[in-house]
Amino acid sequence: MSTLSVKPTSFWQSLSKFDWIYAVLLLAGGIFSYQRYAGFMDIYEVSFLFGAVALFSYLGWRWSAIARLVLGVAVLSLIGVYSYHGDLANGGQRFLLKFLLASQSAVMWMNVLFVLAMLTYWLALFQKSAFTAKVASALTWAATLFGFVGLMVRWYESYLIAPDVGHIPISNLYEVFILFCLITSLLYLHYEKLFNTRQLGGFVLVVINAAVGFILWYTFDRHANEIQPLVPALQSYWMKIHVPANFIGYGAFSLAAMVAGAYLLAKHGVLTSRLPAPHVLDDLMYKAIAVGFAFFTIATILGAMWAAEAWGGYWSWDPKETWALIVWLNYAAWLHLRLMKGLRGTVLAWWALVGLLVTTFAFLGVNMFLSGLHSYGTL
Amino acid sequence: MKAPISLSQRVYELLSSMRFAVSLLTLLGVASIIGTVLKQNEPYTNYIVKFGQFWFELFEMLGLLDVYHAAWFLIILLFLVVSTTLCVIRNAPLMIKEWQVYKEHATEKSLRLFGHQASVTTTQPVAALQTQLSDFLTAERYTFKTRQQDNGDVLIAAKLGTHQRLGYIFTHVAIVVICFGGLLDGNLPFKVQELLGWKKIETRDISSRKVPAESRLGVDNLSFRANMTLPEGERDNVAFVRVRDGYLVQDLPFTVALKDFRIEHYATGMPKSFESDIVITDSELSKPIEATIRVNHPYIYKGIAIYQSDFQDGGSELKFKLWDLAASNQDGFDVDGVVSQKGSLGDGAQKMTVEFNEFRQFNILNLSADGKGKPHNVGPNTTLKLRNASGQAREYMSYMQPLQLDGRSYFVSGMRETVQDEFKYLRIPADDALEINGFMHLRQTLRNEQAIRDIASQVAKQMPGDNAALRAQFEQSLQHLLVTFKQGGYSELSRIIESAVPKDQREQAAQTYLKLLNRAALQGYQMSRAQRQLPPVPETQETAMFIQDSLNAMNDLFFYGTPYYFQLKNYTLKQASGFQLTRSPGQNWVYFGSVMLVLGIFAMFYIKERRLWLLIKPAQQEVLLAMSSNRKNMDLDQDFARVQQQLTALLHTTA
Repeated sequence: MSTLSVKPTSFWQSLSKFDWIYAVLLLAGGIFSYQRYAGFMDIYEVSFLFGAVALFSYLGWRWSAIARLVLGVAVLSLIGVYSYHGDLANGGQRFLLKFLLASQSAVMWMNVLFVLAMLTYWLALFQKSAFTAKVASALTWAATLFGFVGLMVRWYESYLIAPDVGHIPISNLYEVFILFCLITSLLYLHYEKLFNTRQLGGFVLVVINAAVGFILWYTFDRHANEIQPLVPALQSYWMKIHVPANFIGYGAFSLAAMVAGAYLLAKHGVLTSRLPAPHVLDDLMYKAIAVGFAFFTIATILGAMWAAEAWGGYWSWDPKETWALIVWLNYAAWLHLRLMKGLRGTVLAWWALVGLLVTTFAFLGVNMFLSGLHSYGTL
Repeated sequence: MKAPISLSQRVYELLSSMRFAVSLLTLLGVASIIGTVLKQNEPYTNYIVKFGQFWFELFEMLGLLDVYHAAWFLIILLFLVVSTTLCVIRNAPLMIKEWQVYKEHATEKSLRLFGHQASVTTTQPVAALQTQLSDFLTAERYTFKTRQQDNGDVLIAAKLGTHQRLGYIFTHVAIVVICFGGLLDGNLPFKVQELLGWKKIETRDISSRKVPAESRLGVDNLSFRANMTLPEGERDNVAFVRVRDGYLVQDLPFTVALKDFRIEHYATGMPKSFESDIVITDSELSKPIEATIRVNHPYIYKGIAIYQSDFQDGGSELKFKLWDLAASNQDGFDVDGVVSQKGSLGDGAQKMTVEFNEFRQFNILNLSADGKGKPHNVGPNTTLKLRNASGQAREYMSYMQPLQLDGRSYFVSGMRETVQDEFKYLRIPADDALEINGFMHLRQTLRNEQAIRDIASQVAKQMPGDNAALRAQFEQSLQHLLVTFKQGGYSELSRIIESAVPKDQREQAAQTYLKLLNRAALQGYQMSRAQRQLPPVPETQETAMFIQDSLNAMNDLFFYGTPYYFQLKNYTLKQASGFQLTRSPGQNWVYFGSVMLVLGIFAMFYIKERRLWLLIKPAQQEVLLAMSSNRKNMDLDQDFARVQQQLTALLHTTA
């Protein structure tokens, strides 16, 4: 066997020609954006721009599907941006924009595709059909693609409203719900590949579709889909890192809770034969919570640093901060029991499920029921 | 026999135990919820109004009004720090040992008991095997130690990713460091001084200069979060720290002056930025520092960060037209006021105090009927209180410009009797020149006895037919109708109807009366316009609406609670900017702890610790491999299977 030449190839040697082309394209995109829009960015934002080039190069190298997604998002977004010809009114007139690439349309496609993906995953689970499950994965990828295109085009649209209105679309509940769907979906797809199982899609897509339901209600009942300018407190480069980090946390915790649900069902003899073995579910749950905890910690720290700059103190015991701490303490306790005490199984699964309630309250409940400094996303 | 365990040993065991730590995490979480449900640090009167005296006192006693600074909460935090510290002290030596050692003294017997162990047969000589296995381990990034055993066996003890152990130390030390930083920035020194009776909060509303030393914090105070409100053009060198229902004065080592405060707006009317131009003067400075601070962009001088926190009115000058609704003169008179100052009206028992409380230049409202339209700026408004001689006050909030409601323009003024109430709004219709005068003059006309007689006779004259008696009777009842309305509005009218008309005809009678009232009011309006040398208004639907709205407003004025209507005519804006000034020596500790925490967490989660033993047994032509990890995860099964497969292949093929 050839694997026996035990010298491992170095990381750089393992990169293929496609990997290099991909990275060069990303870098070219970064440089182009810098040349064109440097005036809109401060030094931190420039570092985020090139940081993102490095990050997405790395992610694409490690997971080629991400590279394809990034390129797909780039191509479709650029077509969308180009189709606008600098006039927002084109969004409602040009066929391609109106029905596919304007942010509203792309988000609607995302919604539809997520619903279809969930149904297909469940169908695959009952049919025990690998092919149907593959279709479901493809639909999930497509939904993710359209969601990101929606956000990218929305970013551009916000600058078309007025240059001073333009901002990254992660500033209110409507926008972060889209972000939540996308991040949860990517995390799921990652575990789908890592654990080589498509049986959990139906479960994870439930929480994503709950968010889709919220987006639809928020769009049609509250008209919250309109782009609003940023209040002064949100005009900061911190938003670009604090919010995504937070949603990796929320997404991972939600995913863990859905897997915990599957675990509990399997333990009670429901769908047992159609789901992965309990110890696999248990392991996946742990991995998701670990990712969530790491990023939630980062997000909270970034939040504290931002608060120090915006509100005059890194910690004010504001309801949002306090609930972030409660979420953090909750999962810290969970991890202690699992890592230090070696606890496994039903208790932790129930705990992860209840953890989702705590997390949801921190994310939504605080905005709905409590008032404080952090009231950017009121319903 | 077991040695008896001393009490201190048992306490140490408890405090440093995981069980205790997890309980503390949970307790802290639950305790934190309280402060998010009950609004913290509100003025005490708000609590009394909301919960009543009994609950307020109970809450105050339990420290629930400021949970996060309550003694019991700090004690939980203290226990967390102690528990974490002891946990580190207890486990760190072991962790450091695990981090360093190779465990090359493991016996064959113990290795064979491992969950993950396997034998691979091989025929190669020991030396060749050793080289091969070393190469393999190096390629897999293991570090290892080789030990020749007495029986001729060779044990290679390898380890990978033991840095994970540092993750434990990092995360736990980080918590202690963060809490220490937080403690530095807390108000513990003040609490101690207060307990000792050296310091006392000030509750009186007096000038900061007069606040005694026992309620002042010196310039050498290590950490504080204080507030300062400066009107434009003014300066100060103290800030205020709010404590419970009082405050402390924080002396500053410099003086801050506010040159200008600006609010910029987006095209939608939403605020875009709040900026203050400040000047810092200090005897140590050769020339003053000029700086602009805005939200997210504080200015730091002498370790004190100055933040844009809020803004309010700094004493804008207001010019009103005051309409005395009880008087019979037709024009209002001019009154000046300054925000946050007082004035007086009338005299004797009728004397009233006017408190000019607030002025807001921009008000972003959504006035569409279904609430779905876009909010926009409706212009300035002002809030004032009218207090009578016995101290009772009503609050009035009036908009300067007419608001567009249901497609028509109204001067809107809200009234409420207590701060808990919602405002009840009076809508006065704007006339064709978008002024309030049309209504005011119409009202004066409809309240003037001579005018009432004239209106009645003129309307009666327009009556068709030539029955003089009927006409006189009509004129009479019209007069009566107007007088009744003048005296008590719609409710007086309905009282009359109820007393004079049988039940089944009341509805119709009311309709007739209202029609007549509108007709008469229109006549009155034309008369009042003629008096002011204005042409008569055309009798359109628009005019009819104006008349109807005017009658409604006249009726509502009976419930307005004051005979004065303050119409804001002009203003000179003077703003005050609110700053927060903080000195927080703990901040860098907290950040340092945070970085440690993140590094530690990633080390704990993503460095996989693996120990691999390869026991070469030349006599048995066998290599025993055993693998362990401190985490029993699926990854370990997978890694072991992979290593086993690779080694089997390696040792067989080269044979």
